[in-house]
Amino acid sequence: MSALAAPSRVQRTERMARRRRMGSFMTVVVWCAALLSVVPLILIAAHLIIGGARVLSPTFFTALPAPPGVSGGGVANGVAGTLVLLGIASVIGMPIGLGAGLYLAEHGRTRLATIVRYLSDVLSGLPSIVVGIFAWELIVRPSGQFSALAGGFALGMIMIPLVARATEEMVRLVPVALREAALALGFTRWRSSLQIVLRTALPGIVTAALVAVARVAGETAPLLFTAFGTPFWSLRLDRPIAALPLQIYNYATSPYDDWRAQAWGGALVLIALVLVISIIARRVTRSRFGAATGGARGD
Amino acid sequence: MTDVTPRALDARLAARLTPAVAMRAVSPATRDDASDAAISAVAVRTEQLDAMYGGVAAVRSATLTFTPGRVTAIIGPSGCGKSTLLRCINRLHETQPAARVRGAVFVDGRDVYAAGTDVVAVRRSIGFVAQRPTPFPSMNIRENVVAGLRVAGIRVSGTELEDRVEAVLQRTGLWDEVSDRLDSDPMSLSGGQQQRLCLARALAPEPRVLLLDEPTAALDPGSTQRIEELVYLLRGEVTTIIVTHNMQQAARVSDITAFMLEGELIEQAPTRVLFTAPSDARTELYLTGRFG
Repeated sequence: MSALAAPSRVQRTERMARRRRMGSFMTVVVWCAALLSVVPLILIAAHLIIGGARVLSPTFFTALPAPPGVSGGGVANGVAGTLVLLGIASVIGMPIGLGAGLYLAEHGRTRLATIVRYLSDVLSGLPSIVVGIFAWELIVRPSGQFSALAGGFALGMIMIPLVARATEEMVRLVPVALREAALALGFTRWRSSLQIVLRTALPGIVTAALVAVARVAGETAPLLFTAFGTPFWSLRLDRPIAALPLQIYNYATSPYDDWRAQAWGGALVLIALVLVISIIARRVTRSRFGAATGGARGD
Repeated sequence: MTDVTPRALDARLAARLTPAVAMRAVSPATRDDASDAAISAVAVRTEQLDAMYGGVAAVRSATLTFTPGRVTAIIGPSGCGKSTLLRCINRLHETQPAARVRGAVFVDGRDVYAAGTDVVAVRRSIGFVAQRPTPFPSMNIRENVVAGLRVAGIRVSGTELEDRVEAVLQRTGLWDEVSDRLDSDPMSLSGGQQQRLCLARALAPEPRVLLLDEPTAALDPGSTQRIEELVYLLRGEVTTIIVTHNMQQAARVSDITAFMLEGELIEQAPTRVLFTAPSDARTELYLTGRFG
């Protein structure tokens, strides 16, 4: 019965005060959580800058690695090698991932799509070293040598499911009405898919693809026995190629102070590289496709 | 049908000078060298049309005739199949999963469901505007207007293309609002402007039939009025079929009104007759707000 009775004014103000206290408390809690979520990034960045800035100099970017005991030396071949590997990986991973994602979005209900989606999820959950072994078995062993191609292939394998699922999600976000408008206007099905649906979803897909590139840029395990690494300058696709993560790994686990300092520098360069790639590509996307994902302004 | 005789060349020259006026003269004549007889013939007719979603029949043996150059409104309660019927005319219905169509739809005397029909060609000859504005976000305003021309591979010179863009935007009343920003993003327009852009896009390839699926359902009264005025102005050039929830709208813009209920056509009559003296009791019940 008391529940039905109107609360007195005192009860009401008390309840209000309690709600307000609880509200402020929860605000502080989520605020702290939000802060904590970015703390690791800030710590890592600070650590890298402090540790890596010491070795950074113009020659660090232009010089090849120096032997232990010799001061100086750089990661020029590692930067170039990483870019080559990312290029190969993108050439393999992007078209396949994009096509697969488009297929999953457009024919999502077929049995094949269900199987592909499931296997793609399995692939993205596969430890990256296993992908490296696969590339070794498939390319390195038959060809008899480590190669940039094998490394790029391994990274590409990792990219495929990332790009595919992101593409599928972005394409699904495009309203059916938009596709119908294209069909009604006389677009063939594939043209409406490519010119309307895919292009509308493109900003999201590009962002996702960049995340995929950034993700594989730091992969070390799949490169250990594919790209293998080299202290020399090489851009040949059929030879071992240097890569920043491999250099960082080699330097960081070495017993030489010089090299360990270089590892910090390499890590800083790697992070900067990933950052630059995403900033450039994002800017390109934004200038071309503007507020493509924005909604209509009200009247 | 007025303005059917000017030769295409003259009309085209005229289009350079006064695009907005000339375009109206051009559209029926340049389509083909249709004689008066062809144009006065039945433009759209559905015969014993059944449309299904899975096992559910949304339209049941609907036989309707749409008078050329006139505006026909299809009214009826939600789920009566009026949108589905509309989407059968340009064969859009079948693009949905598990959708099937039986029967025939004649556009200009040709059954669009006949074997060997080029679906894309059918859709290109029929304009379609959906309930919610659907400008292509990946294109700017100009590209949206000419999207239908581009996809049909219609090659026109740069200046003529510009003329067409201006003419069709003039007609839809958008020119003054967007002429200085044809290169900008269509998503920056208001909802009403977006819908008029979609109408412009549908009209640019000069279709002979225009299908409007509740074109003002998502718009405010001001934008609704502008669209209605446009539909009124198109009378005589395009056979317009408008599906609407809004009975006042049907009364305002249409010459003929068809009333549908549970997938079936109940009656079709000149709008004034249908609204004042419906022959079927169910029509009267619906019009007087007794159900639906």
